[in-house]
Amino acid sequence: MDPAVVDLSRLQFALTALYHFLFVPLTLGLSFMLVIMESIYVMTKRPIWRTVTRFWAGLFGINFVLGVATGLTMEFQFGMNWSYYSHYVGDIFGAPLAIEGLMAFFLEATFVGLMFFGWDKLSRVGHLFVTFLVAVGTNFSALWILVANGWMQNPVGAAFNPETMRMEVTDFGAVIFNPVAQAKFVHTVSAGYTIAAVFVLGVSAWYLLKGKYVGVAKRSMTVAAAFGLASSLSVVVLGDESGYTLTDNQRMKLAALEAMWETEPAPAGLAAFGIPSLADRKTHYEVKIPYVLGLIATRSIDKPVAGIFELVATAEDRIESGIIAYGAVEALKANPKDLAARATFEQHRRDLGYGLMLKRYVSDPRMADPATIKRTAWDTVPNVPVMFWAFRIMAGTGLLLIALFATAFVLVTLRKHQTKWFLILAVCAIPLPWIASELGWVLAEVGRQPWAVEGVLPTFLGASSLSVAQLWTTIIAFTLLYGALAVVEVGLILRHIKKGPFAEQETFAVSPAGEPAVA
Amino acid sequence: MELPIDYATLRVIWWALMGVLLIGFALTDGFDMGVGALLPFVAKTDEERRMVINTVGATWEGNQVWFILGGGAIFAAWPLVYAVSFSGFYLAMFLVLAAMILRPVGFKYRSKRPDPRWRSFWDWALFTGGFVPVLVFGVAVGNVLQGAPFRFDSDLRITYLGSLLGLFSPFALLCGLLSVAMLVLHGAAWLSVKAEEGPVIERARRFGEIAGLASIVLFAAGGFFVAFGGQGFRLEDLTNAAGPSNPLRTGVVAAPGAWLDNYVRHSWMILAPVLGFVGAALALLGLRLDKAALSFTGSTVSTLGIISTVGLSMFPFILPSVADPRSSLTVWNASSSHLTLFIMLVCTVIFLPLVLLYTAWVYKVLWGRSTTAALATNPDLY
Repeated sequence: MDPAVVDLSRLQFALTALYHFLFVPLTLGLSFMLVIMESIYVMTKRPIWRTVTRFWAGLFGINFVLGVATGLTMEFQFGMNWSYYSHYVGDIFGAPLAIEGLMAFFLEATFVGLMFFGWDKLSRVGHLFVTFLVAVGTNFSALWILVANGWMQNPVGAAFNPETMRMEVTDFGAVIFNPVAQAKFVHTVSAGYTIAAVFVLGVSAWYLLKGKYVGVAKRSMTVAAAFGLASSLSVVVLGDESGYTLTDNQRMKLAALEAMWETEPAPAGLAAFGIPSLADRKTHYEVKIPYVLGLIATRSIDKPVAGIFELVATAEDRIESGIIAYGAVEALKANPKDLAARATFEQHRRDLGYGLMLKRYVSDPRMADPATIKRTAWDTVPNVPVMFWAFRIMAGTGLLLIALFATAFVLVTLRKHQTKWFLILAVCAIPLPWIASELGWVLAEVGRQPWAVEGVLPTFLGASSLSVAQLWTTIIAFTLLYGALAVVEVGLILRHIKKGPFAEQETFAVSPAGEPAVA
Repeated sequence: MELPIDYATLRVIWWALMGVLLIGFALTDGFDMGVGALLPFVAKTDEERRMVINTVGATWEGNQVWFILGGGAIFAAWPLVYAVSFSGFYLAMFLVLAAMILRPVGFKYRSKRPDPRWRSFWDWALFTGGFVPVLVFGVAVGNVLQGAPFRFDSDLRITYLGSLLGLFSPFALLCGLLSVAMLVLHGAAWLSVKAEEGPVIERARRFGEIAGLASIVLFAAGGFFVAFGGQGFRLEDLTNAAGPSNPLRTGVVAAPGAWLDNYVRHSWMILAPVLGFVGAALALLGLRLDKAALSFTGSTVSTLGIISTVGLSMFPFILPSVADPRSSLTVWNASSSHLTLFIMLVCTVIFLPLVLLYTAWVYKVLWGRSTTAALATNPDLY
């Protein structure tokens, strides 16, 4: 296969996924913040809270539709650009996607319409329930997507079947309760909650700086401060680390993001700074914080953390075992009843994916010479500098956000909503959580390379047999379309913010439920 | 583990469920798309257009999930079908997605600014989002009936030999037009139920009548072509219906006229095309007599009949290959594993009725005609 097809397919997937994830996290968090705001409205019956809820719901809606629009592309891209992947793991990977539609997406999409159109058709509690269902649906949606993604990181509960030439489910419970998937879920949704909290905090701060809509802004800020403190702490506490000891690939991911070439004896230290160099396989000017990495990665101070050299050596052994597995599969293809081949396959099946890695250089892995095997083993190392810096910027931003919300919480508690320096800071902080969460995906997915499914299917084998021209056509068209929509969306959000919370009551003097228009 | 339903039966159930999902999509999102395709023509003033948009404004999002679920379910239950069709029809699929992306934003963004050029732009976006996918889906079905140019190597890697323009054969175009006619009729019938009495309904009826007539003529022409146009595939040997999902083990030959075999073997299947015709005729009658319920029931029945006709004619084929008939995908060689099909069925049995229940409740809450008068008082409307 043309390597350009693989690279372009990856580029397209990265672009569409990162773009999709600009909108999704805000939806995840804002939906629950709407539930909180509307609950206060239902409990206090004070119309100002209804205004607060509807104002943020308006922004939620503008953002939500782009999440939906870009999600469509994601769903079909597997079949379009990654057809061999789809065949190879569809038996497992397709199920969570289908369940997402059935259980989560129907819920959120059916009720989101009623959430906007149903204010005068439902009772207060009825409407709150609808808002709640939207939030539940949105978050379930994330759960199933991350079950699917978690399986790519840690492919449990499945086995290769030589008769169908693909992976098949053996234990669906293991797929759902995959520890990597669960860790990813809590980490990702709490990151989403943080994004929404920063957004609400920042916009409210802007109103307070301008001295506009002070009542709405103060209340929103209070909700955002509490919600944001809880969620930003959760992002770190429920962080992504728990899976790092599970598979070779997760250990490699950890070694790469630490730029840790040699195995670190216990207790391992965490690199606070360094300049990783791919050329001489070393990290220069490294500054280490003792003990921390050992605690994070092994939850102990007496276990070493494997370095890149050690993991590459393991990969080399697995490639050699994978060649044997590949040979057995070829024999079984020719004669499914070959018992000797079956027995050999059973013994080496775990490493079949490592054998397939060689297909990048030789069409038949059995023909690979030792030099090629060595070189291929080094292919299992993801891009170390990218990992190293992505992690540091992500984690650093996360810590900054905790500080921001802790400050916000203190100020709000002291009723000092209008502390000017803080308001300016809060407005400036708006882009930060987006940067952190996009980098989180870069870490997770660049760190998964060279695997589409860790140890099972190398990324380069997963692509469809498309032409470079086809791929450029769609990449350019998607970029233009998405780019234009992003400009429109940001424009509309700014417009909505400028018009402010009371715009709708000014147009419609008496709101339909007969509430007084202004609190 | 011994599963309570055998593999062959599960495969047939999932074939039927794939039909349910596609029909569910055509029936619910179908009228949204039909309304989109009609929007610039049945509604002239801005108020009329907003009123028309609001006939589907609160529910199109849930309806579109049928499309997403259809994709997900094909991925889960028929991974090879998912892989071959979407990579094979790559640029066509891209056109569909690009057009469908315009819909969510079209609905939401159109009324956010008063500028007439802004609004007119989104009107045409909504038109595109309704018209293009419906046309391409029809063209795709035409290509499925004719067989697609793909083959597998021994690793089951797919090679697709066709091009975007190659999809638009005369027969495929006929199917595309039928698809448009069928869903424009459905959209017009929906407007007759949901729009306020007045000029919009009058125009919708006129377009609906043309679409209804076109549906009948094109469906008949399509049937004629299927019978005498030289297409059709046949299983060569009696394959093991519970065998492993590997298309390379199937014996298939191209057999012109074979798409009629099933009607000879199971005469009850003739019911499907009959419903296709009768439904369209009833819808026409309903539009003529100004009986909204009759026209909507008619267009529903017609859509159901036309889509079932395609599925039943081809059974057990799902996606035949003209390049290498032995690579053809059938109910017996393209499904997920026994266990996956079973787990997915359990999920469907639990959640699908639930979905139908709450969807029905939402429609009940939102019951009633959309009016232009409401635009002046209700800030929630688009």
